Amino acid sequence: MQKNYKKSFLLEQNLIHLFKEKKSELFGNCHPKVALSRQQAFDDFQAKGLPTTKEESWKNTNLSKQYEDIFQLDNPLTELDKSAGEIFQCDIHGFDTDVISMLNGWYYSPEGKQLQILENGIVVGSILEAQKAYPEYFDSYFDEIAKGRNHGLTAVNKALFRDGIFIYVPDGVEVEKSIQLINIVNRDEKMMINSRNLIILGKNSKLSFLHCDDSVNHNPGFINTLTEIYIGENACLDLYKLQNINNETALLNNTFIKQELNSRSKVNVISLNGGIIRNELNVEFSGEGADADLNGIYLMDHEQHIDNQVFVNHAVPNCNSSELFKGVLDDSASGVFNGYIYVARDAQNTNAFQRNNNILMKSTAKIDTQPFLEIYADDVKCSHGATVGQLDEEALFYMMQRGISRQDAYLLLMYAFTAEVTGKISIEALQSNIEDMIKKRLRGELAICEKCVLHCGHPDIPLEFEIDMSKV
Amino acid sequence: MAKDKQNKNGVLEEVTSSEYKYGFVTDIETETAPMGLNEDIVRFISAKKNEPEWLLEFRLIAFRHWLTLDEPNWALIDYPPINFQNIIYYAAPKKKKELESLDEVDPELLDTFNKLGISLEEQKMLSGVAVDVVMDSVSVKTTFQDTLAKHGIIFCSFSEAVQNHPDLVKKYMGSIVPYKDNYYAALNSAVFSDGSFCFIPKGVRCPIELSTYFRINAANTGQFERTLIVAEAGSYVSYLEGCTAPQRDENQLHAAIVEILVMDDAEVKYSTVQNWYPGNKNGKGGVYNFVTKRGLCQGRNSKISWTQVETGSAITWKYPSCILKGDNSIGEFYSVAVTNNYQQADTGTKMIHIGKNTKSTIISKGISAGKSNNSYRGLVRVSKNADNARNFSQCDSLLLGDQCGAHTFPYIKTANPTAIVEHEATTSKISEDQLFYCQQRGIDSEKAIGLIVNGYAKEVLKQLPMEFAVEAQKLLAITLEGSVG
Repeated sequence: MQKNYKKSFLLEQNLIHLFKEKKSELFGNCHPKVALSRQQAFDDFQAKGLPTTKEESWKNTNLSKQYEDIFQLDNPLTELDKSAGEIFQCDIHGFDTDVISMLNGWYYSPEGKQLQILENGIVVGSILEAQKAYPEYFDSYFDEIAKGRNHGLTAVNKALFRDGIFIYVPDGVEVEKSIQLINIVNRDEKMMINSRNLIILGKNSKLSFLHCDDSVNHNPGFINTLTEIYIGENACLDLYKLQNINNETALLNNTFIKQELNSRSKVNVISLNGGIIRNELNVEFSGEGADADLNGIYLMDHEQHIDNQVFVNHAVPNCNSSELFKGVLDDSASGVFNGYIYVARDAQNTNAFQRNNNILMKSTAKIDTQPFLEIYADDVKCSHGATVGQLDEEALFYMMQRGISRQDAYLLLMYAFTAEVTGKISIEALQSNIEDMIKKRLRGELAICEKCVLHCGHPDIPLEFEIDMSKV
Repeated sequence: MAKDKQNKNGVLEEVTSSEYKYGFVTDIETETAPMGLNEDIVRFISAKKNEPEWLLEFRLIAFRHWLTLDEPNWALIDYPPINFQNIIYYAAPKKKKELESLDEVDPELLDTFNKLGISLEEQKMLSGVAVDVVMDSVSVKTTFQDTLAKHGIIFCSFSEAVQNHPDLVKKYMGSIVPYKDNYYAALNSAVFSDGSFCFIPKGVRCPIELSTYFRINAANTGQFERTLIVAEAGSYVSYLEGCTAPQRDENQLHAAIVEILVMDDAEVKYSTVQNWYPGNKNGKGGVYNFVTKRGLCQGRNSKISWTQVETGSAITWKYPSCILKGDNSIGEFYSVAVTNNYQQADTGTKMIHIGKNTKSTIISKGISAGKSNNSYRGLVRVSKNADNARNFSQCDSLLLGDQCGAHTFPYIKTANPTAIVEHEATTSKISEDQLFYCQQRGIDSEKAIGLIVNGYAKEVLKQLPMEFAVEAQKLLAITLEGSVG
């Protein structure tokens, strides 16, 4: 009935048309569960349409400009793209990673290996290849977490995704080197990219995964990513998301995590730049004794918009979750934080904490924060807090008294504000790199670099504040 | 241990099954409108009340607007759809001649008040509270008119105000809660039957606390009262409102509007103890309470303070709000909401900061027991020009028993960099240590819980005027003692 009131967007029509046109290609050769998920999602999309500000959870994030834009929706990988991929490299000083990349929405390996088996049986590669090579994992895990949890854009992703990453860590394997996914968009046309990732951690395994979203040029784009992560018993996941895309691009990052008995997850979402960024993080505990530590930083300016939606479902007893999201909004930037903790009946002994702190720098910046709790069990400790404020004038004054310029004092305080989150990054080299990037970002020096964002933190020249130490 | 648990369960059973104290039906002749709602009913109500043409027009416009609306469903409450044609929209105790003194009042009515514990005479003597009793939508008796008249204060039923002060009513009615505001506001604007009107002139500090009592008496009637309080520059008033309803199996609908306007340097303190019939322990019956309450701090340095103790109603849907328009104006919201058995409460506040240097405080204490659900839903909005706005919110929830729910939905919207907004909330169960401590000292668990809950809610209760605080404390104790999970 609601559908009648809704006008149909150009993008909506184009997406429906694309699905019908490419149906045989999308369904050809795919795992039955993938096919089922595509069809169900498409039906759902036709019923729901693209999410608009009339929907409660999209009230503060407006994508209508994107909805009326013409995007290149189907982008087969060309040789030209590949040559751009060749020059793309990434190197974090003092931090050795296994790099995998997505290029314009396709898994790309310079060696041409679409699926690799690393030491200890770790499988890394394209989701398209994986569904053929490992149908048994798709039987048990694909779409198990994200099933039915759709808004219009997740449905678009499920119906139309072309490629994505697949990672499988076998039972008992601790992956020593972090795996880094670099998601690059480099095309002259405007593109909409739908990619879908599946990550499986077996029992007692361990993985640290770095997910970087970068844009290489300044073309407008629409990136819509869906990631399902299954964390087995006693397994441990470190997930870092680094987002540094151009001001014309909308990035939608939808992550579903399911945690089994005594598993642990640690998520850090670092949003440095982007036209519109929406991160949806869904964590569900399905085994007791699990623990989730979810953190985020966002530093937005100009007309940028950031939207963090964090949903934690305490479905079983004895789990802990903690959320800490901090942000600085400058110029005409706008921010949204929507935290939702759900404690099911009988999920006793739950500890759930949630905090969102914001600093507004200018009168044109704004923030909407909604830290929600819905609790149906009584033996719980839940708390949430949200603040909006400014930097402490007295602290500024104190520093200026001691010879630190107002500008530096400002930066120092903002840096200290974010340090609470960056301090939680457990890989030291990564932590110092991210801290450097934040310093650069705060100084306005961080541009979208030609290569990976992490490359631009020149490790040899340490970034320091200009403080006249003699006066301190 | 098992025995202990059994003991606790016993106490729990005993307490949660305690009967609704205020459930009695007063046998007073009432005159009712035919069941159902249409334009004729609206005209009937208006004609019954001998209303001027403009008011009928207001009602009809509101009614036509109401027809275009859908029932809101965003709140975390669950109830079967209300059949709005199955309600009697007007029930008045049969009018006798105007009364001069209490002696002329129907003795049965007086008896009702005695049962309520608000004997008019007693109140007259002891507390100096002026009471305007609204029974089934028609104001029956207002005391202390003379004293108030000396100060130029108008405190009367809404219908009297329409007759005697039409200019004031016309000027202010609907200016703060327009009929277009929401579904229930539109309904109320169309069919409101009576309510209270209060006008405090410039510079007057109301010498006594003003009080109304609302009571739904006849079966199948909805109560749609309207309260309008206007405080002119430099004035002060403390206004109390209490509510009860008799025990009935079917659900009764209550949809009220309260409007408060506060000018320069004036202050209004509004306190409610809401104790409508909550339904029996199986969730049958009870009042649906859908209320729109809003205050506008129009003048500089003006202040509105809402204090509410919500223990009744099967469903509570109520968000007393402050629009802080005048510079330096202050809004306060203190709330204790208690739910037990199958009660559902979705309540909170809105603080809209528009003026400069505006301040707001929100203290909300939710207590849920039995199979009830209790939600705090609040909005703090700082608009672009509200420099130096300051808000502090604290919303705590206490869970008694493992079958109930406690939820918090705060919305914070800030568009000014000089604003400081803080929100904090906790949810936990009653402290075993505190219980143990009390029991160790010979206080039985029933009393201990009453004690702890009262301590927990003290921050809010201390905001209430004395007479109400005593009643509220008793209510808390009745609803909750012994509810240990």
